Amino acid sequence: MSAVAADAAFLQIQDVVKEFAGFRAVNQVSLDIARGEIFALLGPSGCGKSTLLRMLAGFEQPTAGRIVLGGRDLAELPPHERPMNMMFQSYALFPHLTVAENIAFGPKREGLPKAQVEERVQRMLELVQLTRFALRKPHQLSGGQQQRVALARSLAKQPQLLLLDEPLGALDKKLREQTQLELVNIVESVGVTCVMVTHDQEEAMAMASRIAIMSEGRMLQVGPPAEVYETPGTRFVADFIGNVNLMDGTLTVDEPDHVVIECADCRHYVGHGITGTVGMAVTVALRPEKIFLSHQPQPDGMNCVQGQVKEIAYLGSFTVYHLRLAGGAMLKASVANTQRHSDQQITWDDQVWANWSPSSQVVLTQ
Amino acid sequence: MATWRNLLHNRPRWLGGRGAVIGLPYLFLGAFFLLPFFIVLKISVSEMENVSFKDVLTLQDGVLQLTLKLSTYVFLTEDPLYWRTYVASLQYAAATTVLCLFIGYPFAYFMARARPTAQPALLMLVMLPFWTSFLLRVYAWRGLLTEGGWAAEAITGLGLDRLLLALGLISAPGQLMHTPFSLVLGMTYTYLPFMILPLYGNLAKMDMRLLEAAADLGATPWTAFWKITVPLSKAGIIAGSMLVFIPCVGEFVIPELLGGPETLMIGRVLWDEFFSNNDWPMASAVAVVMVLLIIVPLAIFSRYQAESQEARR
Amino acid sequence: MRGSSQQFNRWFGRGWLSAGYLFLYLPIVALVVYSFNDSPIPNVWRGFTLKWYVQLASDHEMLGGLWLSLKIAFMTACGSVVLGTLAAFALVKYRRFRGRTLFSGLVSAPLVMPEVVVGLSLLLMLVSVQRALGFPERGMATIWLGHLLLGMAYATVVIQARLSDMNPQLEEAALDLGARPSQVFWLVTLPLIAQSIISAWLLTFTISLDDVVISAFLSGPGSTTMPLVIFSRARLGLNPSVNAVATIVIAIVAVGVVIASYLIARGERQRAQEMAAATRA
Repeated sequence: MSAVAADAAFLQIQDVVKEFAGFRAVNQVSLDIARGEIFALLGPSGCGKSTLLRMLAGFEQPTAGRIVLGGRDLAELPPHERPMNMMFQSYALFPHLTVAENIAFGPKREGLPKAQVEERVQRMLELVQLTRFALRKPHQLSGGQQQRVALARSLAKQPQLLLLDEPLGALDKKLREQTQLELVNIVESVGVTCVMVTHDQEEAMAMASRIAIMSEGRMLQVGPPAEVYETPGTRFVADFIGNVNLMDGTLTVDEPDHVVIECADCRHYVGHGITGTVGMAVTVALRPEKIFLSHQPQPDGMNCVQGQVKEIAYLGSFTVYHLRLAGGAMLKASVANTQRHSDQQITWDDQVWANWSPSSQVVLTQ
Repeated sequence: MATWRNLLHNRPRWLGGRGAVIGLPYLFLGAFFLLPFFIVLKISVSEMENVSFKDVLTLQDGVLQLTLKLSTYVFLTEDPLYWRTYVASLQYAAATTVLCLFIGYPFAYFMARARPTAQPALLMLVMLPFWTSFLLRVYAWRGLLTEGGWAAEAITGLGLDRLLLALGLISAPGQLMHTPFSLVLGMTYTYLPFMILPLYGNLAKMDMRLLEAAADLGATPWTAFWKITVPLSKAGIIAGSMLVFIPCVGEFVIPELLGGPETLMIGRVLWDEFFSNNDWPMASAVAVVMVLLIIVPLAIFSRYQAESQEARR
Repeated sequence: MRGSSQQFNRWFGRGWLSAGYLFLYLPIVALVVYSFNDSPIPNVWRGFTLKWYVQLASDHEMLGGLWLSLKIAFMTACGSVVLGTLAAFALVKYRRFRGRTLFSGLVSAPLVMPEVVVGLSLLLMLVSVQRALGFPERGMATIWLGHLLLGMAYATVVIQARLSDMNPQLEEAALDLGARPSQVFWLVTLPLIAQSIISAWLLTFTISLDDVVISAFLSGPGSTTMPLVIFSRARLGLNPSVNAVATIVIAIVAVGVVIASYLIARGERQRAQEMAAATRA
């Protein structure tokens, strides 16, 4: 077995199913996670991602399927014998122990000699920059500090796999952005494989090297963030990640290098071929930031549509324009505010043209 | 290792320990709480022979014979003394519960509305009498209510004893002891903390913002109290009422120390049947009927306990 | 309008609370005062004296009862806490097991069941067992058993409240970090419910010390508890020796409760200070 192949299949989740009294929380999920990856499970609440994580940790048993870590079937192992550690959503710091004692808890269970435990604790404290707080109790720390203690505690045993359950959920927005990068740096410097669960897309895309989108217990799409965002495979995924305009239409021209799709209000020219037949019903997914607004349509009349500005949402770094099209449908266009004072003043009730390039849409058949 | 897999698939986290954790208390309760009830039931239908019982189940001529002596129960239902005493016990218990609620609800309410820093002290002051012996405090009322005692002096001095006489709670002016008045006073006094504590627990946890919302929508404080506070404290009211009513029905010590010949309660009857008359079947029958009488409030209480456990999860 | 009704509320509240506390403490004050009364006839104040306390020192019946009650109370408290912890665990940790409703009912029933019923039924059972097996004789052990039944119910309520408030992820975290299930209990769960266990211990100790009816049913010759001594004396009439015992009991309890409250309050204040320091950091 070559090194590459071994790494590619470091953590294998094979056809895992979890049923709770007739309800399938996890439905035939299969994943291969490579060593050293930061992998995110992304999905709305109730999609089964937390259940899957708990099965990895050993707090739930799969109803069917296998979980294999480094070639070893985990079903034999109870939670306290698994070579992985979890950072809980509520941090679950032991309130009656100090920060140092919390971090030392894991290594002590391993039976390490006292000096080594001490050294490990010091190293962890330095890693998360909390050396000064070693003797404080959890309730004496701020939310961000508690999170770092939780992280240090879960890394103290040098686990093969790190599980993160909504790691940034409890933090406010500013702190969250800061912590995202810090967290990634720490995890990468330690070199541990990481599986995280989140419902926050930005978090998943910013931190993970690969994302899996889950819904209702099923895995819908797996891939690097850019791939999932720019090449969604289904309507659900396109809609779930970011903002999108979905337009239903019919395939009218099907050539190997281009296709044309006829929608209610506009015609799409897509600069690549797709697998399909003429007359097929498809959906075109177009992200708002791919649209640019002007008072002129495209010269060939395709990949453009005229609409009336009904809503303007000024969001600081960009502005979202909601256009009502001739047929009554709404189109969202997102324009970056590159100038402090733009000379192109678009205001309510203006008739504008929304234009986009031939490679910016995604054609979806499901 | 292999055993782990088997046990893991059954979900429990504490595995072998689980059996002991549930089993030990269950066994204890079954053996010393449940089983005795069945024995009481059995003895209530047995024949008393000197100091022992004839067995209910006997083997006669190779055939199992069931001899149930039901005359004990018949006697129980026929003799008006028992019937009247049961009713009186229920009445006294009900009166005590109502009084405890009347005094205790505003008490708990104002405690819960006091400054947060003052509340632990207020709570401690309610708990302190609870922790000192109830027997001694009931005995103290004896001193307070006998002629010459502080409470007796105060009540006769204010002329309230004539009111009590008119209400039929005492039989002679100035004689406050060994009357329905002293009995209910003693029981209310003893069981008041049992009413205050669950009510306070409930009211203290109530979200004050609900009252703010009500005020915002135009409700007067009085309306808000009746339409919002009281319904939300229903659980506390039920818990407190059951904690007072059920034990009061079978109360023995307080009627003995503060009650009189006309305030006979069923606890005393049971005691006398057992200790004075040595009539164990009779005492058992009295106990069985007592339990039957309180079975409905008991079920309500049990369900409330189970529900409040669920709510905490 | 709102202002005046708030004012009324405040004064009414203070009045009601004051009257209530007066009602609660009146007997206690009376007990203490009359324990110093130099008169065999209570309620007639004749002068200050300590003779009832002196008499108490040679009151063998009362002292013997006290000693026995203390022993039983100690054993009851220890046993109740153990059984109560087990029962609390069973109710909080195991959501579904066969006979759970019955178990839940059995655990909470002794809280309200009239003591005459509990005492009678337990006694009759013990007598039947004694007839069949030759033991147990009625005495200290049987009283302990009855108190244990009552104490377990109270202990379960107290411990269960704390246990169900505890974050279950704490135990999961301990498991995740490599602690075996038994280690999780001793290292994490127990320290966190420690305060409720102590409260339960004290509560059941008091209840056992104070019990009359169950003790009466289950006691044997030579095993008269202090409440039984007091009860038999109280039945006969007012007795200053009882006042003296009462005052001592009240003093001990008052001191204990005040110290406990002070310690708890100080702990709270310390924690508040530490929290304030933490947010500044």
